[in-house]
Formats: sequence, C-alpha cells, structure tokens
Amino acid sequence: MITPSAYGWTESETLRQHLESRGVSRRDFLKFCGEIAVVLGVGAAAAPRIARALEAVKRPTVIWLQLQECTGCVESVLRTADPTIGDLLLDLVSLDYNHTLMAGAGTAVEKAKQSSMAANKGKYILVVTGSIPTKEGGIYTMVGGRTAEVLVKEAADGAAAILAVGACAHFGSVQAARPNPTGAVGVRDIIKNRPIVNIAGCPPIGDTVTATVVHFLTYGRLPAVDGEGRPLFAYGKRIHDQCTRRAHFDAGQFVQAFDDESARKGFCLYSVGCKGPATFSPCPIFQWNTRTSWPIGAGHPCIGCTEPHFWDTMTPFYGRLPNVGGFAVEQRVDTIGAALAIGAAAGIATHAAATVYTQIKRRKATHQVPETATEPENQDG
Amino acid sequence: MARTRVVVDPITRIEGHLRIEAQSENGKIAKAWASSTQFRGIEIIMQGRDPRDAWAFTQRICGVCTTVHAIASCRAVEDALDIRIPANANTIRNLVHGMQFIQDHVIHFYHLHALDWVDVVSALSADPAAAAKIGQSISPWPNNGESELRAVQNRLKQFVGTGQLGIFTNGYWGHPAYKLPPEVNLLAVSHYLEALDWQRDVIRLHTVFGGKNPHPNFLVGGMASAINIDSTATINAERISDLMGMITRARAFVEQVYWPDLVAIAGFYKDWGAIGGGVPNFLACGEFPEGDVRDLETLYFPRGIILDKNLAKVHEYDPKKVQEYIHSSWYEYSKGDAAGLHPFEGETTPKYTGPKPPWTYLQDETKYTWMKTPRYEGRPMQVGPLARMLVAYGSGHKDVRELVGEALGKLNVGPEVLFSTLGRTAARGIETVLLARKMEQWLGDLNGRIKNGDVATFTKNKWEPSSWPAKSEGYGYLDAPRGALGHWVQIEDGKIARYQCVVPSTWNCSPRDAQGQTGPYESSLEDNHPLVDPERPLEILRTIHSYDPCMACGVHVLDAEGREVVEVRVQ
Repeated sequence: MITPSAYGWTESETLRQHLESRGVSRRDFLKFCGEIAVVLGVGAAAAPRIARALEAVKRPTVIWLQLQECTGCVESVLRTADPTIGDLLLDLVSLDYNHTLMAGAGTAVEKAKQSSMAANKGKYILVVTGSIPTKEGGIYTMVGGRTAEVLVKEAADGAAAILAVGACAHFGSVQAARPNPTGAVGVRDIIKNRPIVNIAGCPPIGDTVTATVVHFLTYGRLPAVDGEGRPLFAYGKRIHDQCTRRAHFDAGQFVQAFDDESARKGFCLYSVGCKGPATFSPCPIFQWNTRTSWPIGAGHPCIGCTEPHFWDTMTPFYGRLPNVGGFAVEQRVDTIGAALAIGAAAGIATHAAATVYTQIKRRKATHQVPETATEPENQDG
Repeated sequence: MARTRVVVDPITRIEGHLRIEAQSENGKIAKAWASSTQFRGIEIIMQGRDPRDAWAFTQRICGVCTTVHAIASCRAVEDALDIRIPANANTIRNLVHGMQFIQDHVIHFYHLHALDWVDVVSALSADPAAAAKIGQSISPWPNNGESELRAVQNRLKQFVGTGQLGIFTNGYWGHPAYKLPPEVNLLAVSHYLEALDWQRDVIRLHTVFGGKNPHPNFLVGGMASAINIDSTATINAERISDLMGMITRARAFVEQVYWPDLVAIAGFYKDWGAIGGGVPNFLACGEFPEGDVRDLETLYFPRGIILDKNLAKVHEYDPKKVQEYIHSSWYEYSKGDAAGLHPFEGETTPKYTGPKPPWTYLQDETKYTWMKTPRYEGRPMQVGPLARMLVAYGSGHKDVRELVGEALGKLNVGPEVLFSTLGRTAARGIETVLLARKMEQWLGDLNGRIKNGDVATFTKNKWEPSSWPAKSEGYGYLDAPRGALGHWVQIEDGKIARYQCVVPSTWNCSPRDAQGQTGPYESSLEDNHPLVDPERPLEILRTIHSYDPCMACGVHVLDAEGREVVEVRVQ
C-alpha cells in the first residue's frame, strides 16, 4: 500500500479500467477479491460485492504520520505482499506523506502534506503509527518545531477515518509501560471526534492494515470492531482457540523447558509462558511474512502484543498465565499435570468458561467504537 | 553570498525524527547542527523486571534493525549469568543477524538513499535499449533486458501522467547535483521496484527462526526454534530447504544487482569521495562470532579502533574508555554539565531547555538535542560499515582487502576516497557482499551439526533464577548494521537492577562537546561540503543518509524509585 505507485492511475479512471490497462485479468481480480473476502471474514460469497465496490473506487489519499515510535509498523506493511496482485493493492491509494519513503525532506514535504490535506479535506485516510507524548507540553516528540499532539490533531481534523496502526498508536506501547516517563498515549486518547480503528500488535501483521483499507474502500466505512477498537475480522478470536498446537493443550502435552523432547515434537507452549489464551490476534490464521510462520509456530510463546498494556499485564513473558491477574482458573491445568489427560480436559472446560467471561467483561469496557461501525453481516466474533 | 540559515526537518528516508540546521556561505556549509527531537523513555520498566524479558523491551527500540538490540540484550544477560549457548543457537543468530544486514543495507541503498543520487523523472527520457545495454554490461541479472526496462518506464510515464505523485511529490528532481544519465536512472528505478519484492522474500528467514518480522522472537540461552528434521512443527527438512532458497536469492540480488549498481552509480559521483569525510576516528566492536561470543578471535568482522585515518595501526578497543557528556544535550548531571561519565556511572535526568513549541530554530541554543555525546578517550568516533571495513582492512582481513581492492580498482581511485560520504556508502555494499557469501557457509555449518546428531538450540542449566548468583553483571556487544552497539546489565536477586545501552546513532549523531568538537554528522557536513540551493538541500541528504540514521533514540530513563539511573540510547 505504501510503495510508490509506478502504475499510473488517472483521476477519471476506475480501478477496473486501471487494472485492464495494467493487464490484470478479471479472473485474477475476482480471485483476489475472494481471498480478501475470506481475510475479512465475510465469506467467499461476498467476493462479487467486493469486486463491484473495488472496481468503481477512485484512488484515495493517505496521509501517514509517524510519531513516537520505532518504525517497525512501517516495516511490517512493507512486508505485505501477494506476488501477482500485491502491487495492485499498493496502487489502491495515493500515499502523499510518509517520512520513511518520501523523496523530499523538510519544508518540501511539509508543504506537500499541507496541500494534500487541503485538497482532500474530509476525504483522506489518516494512518498514525507511534504514540503521542503528553508530558511537559509534548516536547518529547517534535517535528519541524511542532509537537506530535499538534500534528495529529491537525491531520485528524480533515480525515475521513483514522487507522491507528500498531501498539504505540493503540495505547502507547512500550514507552507507555509503567511508569510512562513521557506520558505517552494512543490516538484514541487525543482524538475524540473521528472514527478510529486500532490495528493492534507490536507490530501488526501488514496484511491486517491492507485488509482494513480494502474494507473501508469497499463498504464505505471502517470494519466492525471489538471493545478495543480492533477489527473483528482479524482480532475476533483468541490465539488459543485457533492455535495449531491446541490439540496438544487439550491432550495435556506441554513443553516443560525449551528444546526438550516435547519442544522437538511441537507440543503446547502454555507451561513456558504462552499468552495465547489471553490474546486476540490473527497470527495463527493470517500468519506472518507471506504466511511463512508465526511466533508459536516457530517455538516461542506468544507475548500477547495485540492486547492493551501487554508490557505490564503479560510480563514476565515466561511466567505462566496464572501469574498474570485474572486467570487463576488456568492454574488447574498446570497443577493437574500433563500426565492426567482427563484431569486436563476438565481443567480446559473451566478455563474456557473463565477466560470467555473475562473477555466479555473487557469488551464491555468500551474505549471507543467508531461511529460508523456496525455489525458485519456474517459476524462470528 | 550572505550567510543563510538552513533547516531540514524532518529529514526523511531515515528511521525516526532528525533535524539538521546549517549555515551556508557561498555554496558551502559553514556550520551544522544535528538534533534528535524524540525521547521515548523505554527502559524504566526493565528495572525490577525479569532479565529474560529484556530482549523484547530493548528490541522495540528499533523496528528497522529489529534484531540487533534483542541479540545484544541476550548476550549481555548470558554474559552476566555465564550462559554458554549451543553452537547451533550461535549459528542461527548469525544467520538471523546476517540476513538483517543484507536486507537492511539493500533497503537502505534503494529505498532510503538512492533517491539522493537517482533522478526518477530523468528516467522518463531514457532509451530502454541503451539502458539494457548498460545493464547487461555490468551484470548477468536477467531482468535488465530492454522489454523489462521499457515496461518499467511505461509504468513510470503513466504514473507521472496522473499528477498524483505520492511519495515523489516535491522531490528535488532536476537538481544540478544529479549526474546520472537517464539510462542509469531507469536501471536504478527498475531495481528500486524489484528490491521491494526481494526484501519481503529474503527476510522470511527471520520468520522461520523467530516467528515473524519485524520483531522476531529470541531467547536467553539460545533460540526457541527447536530442530527436528522429521517433525512438522519445528525446524525441519522443509524449513531448511526454504532457507537455502532465500539465501541463494539474497546472494544473487546482492551480487548481481546491488553491488554492480553501487559501483556503476559511484563512478558518476567520484567527487563525493572528497566530500563529507568528517571525524577521522573509527570504532568497531566486532561481529559474527563463529565460536563462543567471548572468543574475539572467532569474529568474522574484527574489533578495533582506527585513529586519524591511519590504517597502518589498529588500536585495541576498550569499552572502559567510553564516556558520555551532555554539554549540548537536554539533560543535567549531578556533577554538573562538564562531567564525562562512563556508562556504568551514567545519569540521565532529562531537562528540556529548548524553546517552547512551536519554534523555528535551535542553532542559537547551547543545548539543542536529546542525544548525548559519547566520546572515546575524549574523541568523537564514527561507527558503522566504514568503521568495520577500515578496521578489517587495517587488520589484514583477506576478504575485505580483496573486495575493497576490487572496488577501488573498478573506480580507478585510491583508498583515500574511503574517508568520505561515498566511502560510507561503498563500505555498506562491501560488507553486504561478504555477508551474502557467508550465509551459505553458516547454513552449511548448521546442517553439518544436524547431520551429526547435534540439534541442541538452548542451554537450560541457568534458565531458572534459583540457579543465578545474588548479584551479577554483563556486557553484550554487537556490531549492528549501523555500527557498534553495547548493552550493559546488572542483575540483583533475579531482577534487573540496572540496564544501559550505548548505541550507534548516538555515536554518529552526537552534538558538540565542551571542547567544541562536533559529532560525525555535523563534522561531515562541515567538511568541504557543498550546498548549492538551500531551498533544495539534496547534498545534505546525501551525507546524512550515508550514515543510515536510525533515530528512535535518546531513550533515557529515570528509575521509578530514584534509586538508580538508567540510560538507554537507541539506534
């Protein structure tokens, strides 16, 4: 999405016409729409509808602000790809401002941003990565002599929608961890009058960002979200419930130490600290880096990075979940032990009920649900 | 011409927030100020935390060089607890870090640095047939044919025709400092696009071993990715063959695209071999241990120091001789602003004294940055690819000497051009070629051990805190893509008591010290440095980008209890 658009897309052209001029067949395009429909969780049957919407779409403007951050989220979106049709998605938008990739610098790019925001007022998509430091009048992040808070307010003013991408824009991430020396907060804590969707994760999977943009272009609104403002199509289920190692959990087969015989058999990582049971994330389904693998798949426990304030609530990372507040029931699985499969199964039932209850409680503690969000047709979250 | 105030903020195509101010006179830069305008304060939460978690916190210092702080952190904790990791884990870390170098340096060259030398608009007027001829004369790369290049040019024409230039808006196109013929510009644009696809592919090596990129997972004591070539859920035969493909494709692109492009483009900018040299001292802490990390003899890139550009003498690097100052930085010391403190005595009390935002200039301020000022025996030092290659060259490193000689020969220039903006950019390419060739050997080492039945990836005897001493401390070094990095950790009663980092971009972006010595960025900009048009500061971008700034830095943290001062400056 953020590559320079080397394929020309004229103002008057629809995407369908544009694709034809680039030699993309309708068959390939429909196949792509089918895949996107699955990613979005609306079912393959919705593919024709997505196709119709995308075909008619005009190239919208994206302004991307990078605030108090590490640039990992930009890098993650750079990894988004589909070998034949990926470039196409990259062409869905006109990226008019992004520090990492812009050719010009200084006043030249600030002017470009101002003129683009003015020309597309009320229509552009604002992507924000990074948090906003609020202490000491905001002097902990300044660009061009102005603070992050001023910059994000200015850009939000004319935005149609805001994508808060990554844990920093979501809740402040690592710099907001206790005791948060710079007073770092997420976008939702500063901007109250615009629809915001939180693409959670440290960083999020790039495809989640892309799919959210497609959703916005296709349906004219942001996707339905949970209490954390995260799209349900990606964050609607717990890692634990989609995990490729779940069968081992159910069977009471746990890795007790890294690189033990159980680890070499790919058993469940719960005992070495996996936070999958408390984490809503698309990792096991979307996977990472063109579906190469994902953290648990590569043998490391989940650290819960899509959850708010995970640096405080999910640490120590190698401590079992019972050590984290709110999951005492799960201790039973552990104390019952791996050998007693029946006992473990009983533990699972209790554990499942307890965690679901916790999730419901959290979702009720709504932070900010976009005004435009409605329930999707085929919601299963 | 009168003295002109120049401000470039934001400096784009870097990691993080960097501001350059300068005064220009008669087409040259007279004075320069480099200012880091972001402070994050990450590491306070590490105090009192489990040291086995530290890699994940410090990794978030930077998402571009996303592995380097994690590995340095693991090494620091392993040093403190005297953990010897298995040979497989060390090799896997070398593979991961090696691919980080390769991918990061190629991205830097094409996506962050190339547009300083390549005029995208000029490529529109190229003759694709002539461009193909040039391309085929410098490389066997199959995509340098006329039809491929014509297709790229047509895409570009359509794109420019829309008037929606996206990230190319307000670039410095047509600037007189652009010297490449249109055909070379077209080749470079073509490879800019190819590199975007290439980088996504080869970085998947991180995903195989660490589960994702950016921010793959690591583990104190080794790596979490267990090896069992007969299991579906581990590093197995399928994963190994995938890795072989990535490593082959990484090397092919580096040898057939990046390196020939770099040499070809450099040939048009030889004058930049006499511009932007700056600080004449170079520091490399060494990297890629092929045995235990403590055995410096096994480092592929050696450790050492070059002083005053004298390649005949490589000095020993002693981490104890590092001191940090705050003369020009927004901090205060209990001993006063003139003190220089070793990192183990470091204090970090942020104290912003700059103008209240919004403001216009910082160059009239005594203190003008969140960066501190590291000095080695009082000297400013350059770190990074050039420092590594010079130290290796001076140490008689066979591979480095051969490739440096080849590059100098092709360009028909002497070694003095290495001390320049061009030299920094060339050194980055040289080490990328060497590492791209090295990866096959490392994977071969791993496979050899697996074949012999050694699949260990983790040392478990010191995993439990009950096995740790009451007090310990350790040092983790790592020569990252952008230069020498150090993590220092002190552990008490199973928790982190103190954690410090000294980071490459802090060395390079350091401001003036009390003696008036400028840091490497500033010094380079003041060294025979042109600036033809202050409104379009293309030349400043060239020199600053030659350092590949990674600015998510100035992360200095106070302990919550005020007991200890922690400081982390970030690459």
